[in-house]
Amino acid sequence: MTDYTRYLTSQVTLGKMNRREFMGRAAAFGITLAAAGTMFDTAAKAQEPKRGGHLKLGLEGAAATDSKDPAKALSQFMFVVGRNWGDMLVESEPLTGQPVPALAESWEPSADAATWTFTIRKGVKFHDGKELTVDDVIKTLQRHTDEKSESGALGVMKSIKEIKADGDKLVLVLSEGNADLPLLLTDYHLVIQPNGGLDDPNAMIGTGPYKVTSFEAGVRATFERNTDDWRQDRGFVDSIEMIAMNDATARIAALSSGQVHYINRVDPKTVDLLKRAPTVEILSTSGRGHYVFIMHCNTAPFDNNDLRLALKYAMDRETMLEKVLGGYGKVGNDFPINETYALFPEDIEQRTYDPDKAAFHYKQSGHSGSVLLRTSDVAFPGAVDAAVLYQESAKKAGIDIEVKREPGDGYWSNVWNVQPFSTSYWGGRPTQDQMYSTAYLSTADWNDTRFLREDFDKLLLEARSELDEAKRKDMYRTMAMMVRDEGGLILPMFNDFVNACGKNVKGYVHDIGNDMSNGYVATRVWLDA
Amino acid sequence: MTGGGPAHGPELTAKAAAGEVPQSAGAAGSVASTGTPVIEGTPSFWAKFSKSSPLVALILQRLALSVALLFAVSLMIFGGVEALPGDFATTYLGQSATPQAVENIRKDLGLDQPATTRYFKWLGGAIQGDFGNSWASKNSVSEQIGKRLGNSLFLAFFAAIISVPLAVGLGMLAVQYRNRLPDKIINVISLAAISLPEFFVGYLLILFFAVQLGIATFPATVYDSMTIGQRLSAIALPTATLVLVVLAHMMRMTRAAILNVMSSAYVETAELKGLSSLRIIAKHAAPNAVAPVINVIALNLAYLVVGVVVVEVVFVYPGMGQYMVDAVTVRDMPVVQACGLIFAAFYIFLNMFADILAIVANPRLRHPR
Repeated sequence: MTDYTRYLTSQVTLGKMNRREFMGRAAAFGITLAAAGTMFDTAAKAQEPKRGGHLKLGLEGAAATDSKDPAKALSQFMFVVGRNWGDMLVESEPLTGQPVPALAESWEPSADAATWTFTIRKGVKFHDGKELTVDDVIKTLQRHTDEKSESGALGVMKSIKEIKADGDKLVLVLSEGNADLPLLLTDYHLVIQPNGGLDDPNAMIGTGPYKVTSFEAGVRATFERNTDDWRQDRGFVDSIEMIAMNDATARIAALSSGQVHYINRVDPKTVDLLKRAPTVEILSTSGRGHYVFIMHCNTAPFDNNDLRLALKYAMDRETMLEKVLGGYGKVGNDFPINETYALFPEDIEQRTYDPDKAAFHYKQSGHSGSVLLRTSDVAFPGAVDAAVLYQESAKKAGIDIEVKREPGDGYWSNVWNVQPFSTSYWGGRPTQDQMYSTAYLSTADWNDTRFLREDFDKLLLEARSELDEAKRKDMYRTMAMMVRDEGGLILPMFNDFVNACGKNVKGYVHDIGNDMSNGYVATRVWLDA
Repeated sequence: MTGGGPAHGPELTAKAAAGEVPQSAGAAGSVASTGTPVIEGTPSFWAKFSKSSPLVALILQRLALSVALLFAVSLMIFGGVEALPGDFATTYLGQSATPQAVENIRKDLGLDQPATTRYFKWLGGAIQGDFGNSWASKNSVSEQIGKRLGNSLFLAFFAAIISVPLAVGLGMLAVQYRNRLPDKIINVISLAAISLPEFFVGYLLILFFAVQLGIATFPATVYDSMTIGQRLSAIALPTATLVLVVLAHMMRMTRAAILNVMSSAYVETAELKGLSSLRIIAKHAAPNAVAPVINVIALNLAYLVVGVVVVEVVFVYPGMGQYMVDAVTVRDMPVVQACGLIFAAFYIFLNMFADILAIVANPRLRHPR
């Protein structure tokens, strides 16, 4: 199903669209009436989730060191835990990535996007019975922006200069305009807590659809449904049990023997075997994470754009995606953004493997001898294999790549961001602005391609405070082209999030925001007996 | 992290073991000569004392030594964690680390102070029995360890009460039918079990008993609100795995030790003297065979507590090994130190216990010349 039809069916499922409307739009999109009818029926059936049951998740990523404080949540496990018991001010729409209201009912930016006013939802109760006030919100945000804060959201929050109340509204003043502010507030650390969690940051009391009933770090967490939940379109199962399972084989065994309903992080290498189990469904969702080969634009021989282009054309992306990710991903186009980001520039031509062009640019560059590529198993799963594949495809273009395997321990401090040509990976960021600011701004600590372009920096800052979406999208397109054609980034593929569930789990939403239905998996699914 | 687990666990426990194993390996032979003066100024008293009551002397000596060993272990763990790239603040924050957040955590935990200051500060607390709070979760280390250690001991206990009698019994059976079919079957099976890596044994058991037959409980996660029956059913598979892994080692040692003694001159003499075979084994052979067997059992028991991190991961069992690996991953020093010391203490205690039992069992060691 294309994204658009998926979007349409989701609108039906959410009850926002009736049959006539759906058929009309689907027909306009070129779907036959009969097919559209069936689609509507399936989607409408999905509209009535069943309540009740005990949902069990077997998840990778928990550790005994996990903190209950959402500010310090790091692991995949705690990411889901926080989404179960708490709410943010804003959520992102699962299919479009646009900000949608959560505890903030609505918001309004000033003309320069530097002052934002949020209307806080009324009548929402915390699990301890207290009513949510604007004061709780302010205290929460203050706790995450405080100079002494150890919050994982400190990075995204640092542009907030002032947090204040205007009656029962929240006003945020930024040090510079940022049109993406609502999306930044979807960060999973920013769970709104009573009195901002200042009394007890570890209380795990929030406004979410589930109350925590027990929690043992690195072992297990259990939840019961919050009967006072302010939303009716979530929290379908009666209770949730999350079990920490750090061994991939253990997760697969637990799912295929029916001991758990859902597991995360299925290894692409074994996914075809798991598919054979009759009771299991594979859930593959496009993600923002990507595997990269990075060249320093300011270091010889990579300071020559012809050589960089030669190396980009010498990459056989399709083969690599097939061999390294087992097809569970999308080919990359040498800029770090894909269709899962809002305002993605979709009209940029896909770069493909072209030994002739590679040979042409290689000749132009005047480079001779081999090119040294450093890699390691820790760079990304299958990085060494990928480097060898790359070596082969480059050979056909007459480019000699020497692959050097580095030790895993210390790779991130001694090789990545230090050596001029290496392999690495990037997790996604909530917005294009965040992604470019983290790794492509001249002054960024993690500018791992040494992309030093004043015009790019200027454009990035301009786009940040631009409220006109069309203009902004255009700016992001220009930036993408700069990185694609002149940067030091070779991006062969974006990796999918590969999870799996039992066939009796229904209503799973493929959320482009992040892994595991953006962490909301337990609050969105229901069990079909 | 699953990859880091097995790599870290054995490495650290090996460190704890390294200091102790050489001493115990030759325990049976060397205990008699450990009575050399160690306390300066009173050589005659100590020599006399160790002669008159070698057991008490040995225990005292070992206790003093173990304190020194524990101290050395704590120093080594501290040095080891210091030497790892990155400190707690950077590894804990990972990709979301901003210079300011890192700075805040460092200041908060006193990581900006020199390593020596931090070590002695920790040592000061530990001597008074205060292991501090985990840096990551801020919970009391002793409280958290209590639970995890309880789980580890629970599993080890059941693995031990099954595997030790089974190993000794099978060993004796093998001696009885030496070089005949039962001996050969026992040998082949035990060699196969010892050659398979423990995680593989675990996966095989999961595949057959949990996935295909569906009769065993999996995952083996245990938690507070479980009844004892649920707990026992949860640990059935990991216990079976551990039994298979440690069985062969102990069984073969028992067999070798008894065979060795049975072929010695004094057993032949006893036979020629006309003693009954039961009397020969009980009075002459067993006391000499028991020392090496006890030592192997002690090592395996220590392994059951300290070295089972891989089995814990495979079966999703919340024991000490996994807890320590988690802590090492983020350089959570108070937890790593406390776990390391407990592991070392286990090795020291079990080896001491093995030596004492060897002396008690063997009159020649009980009354040294």
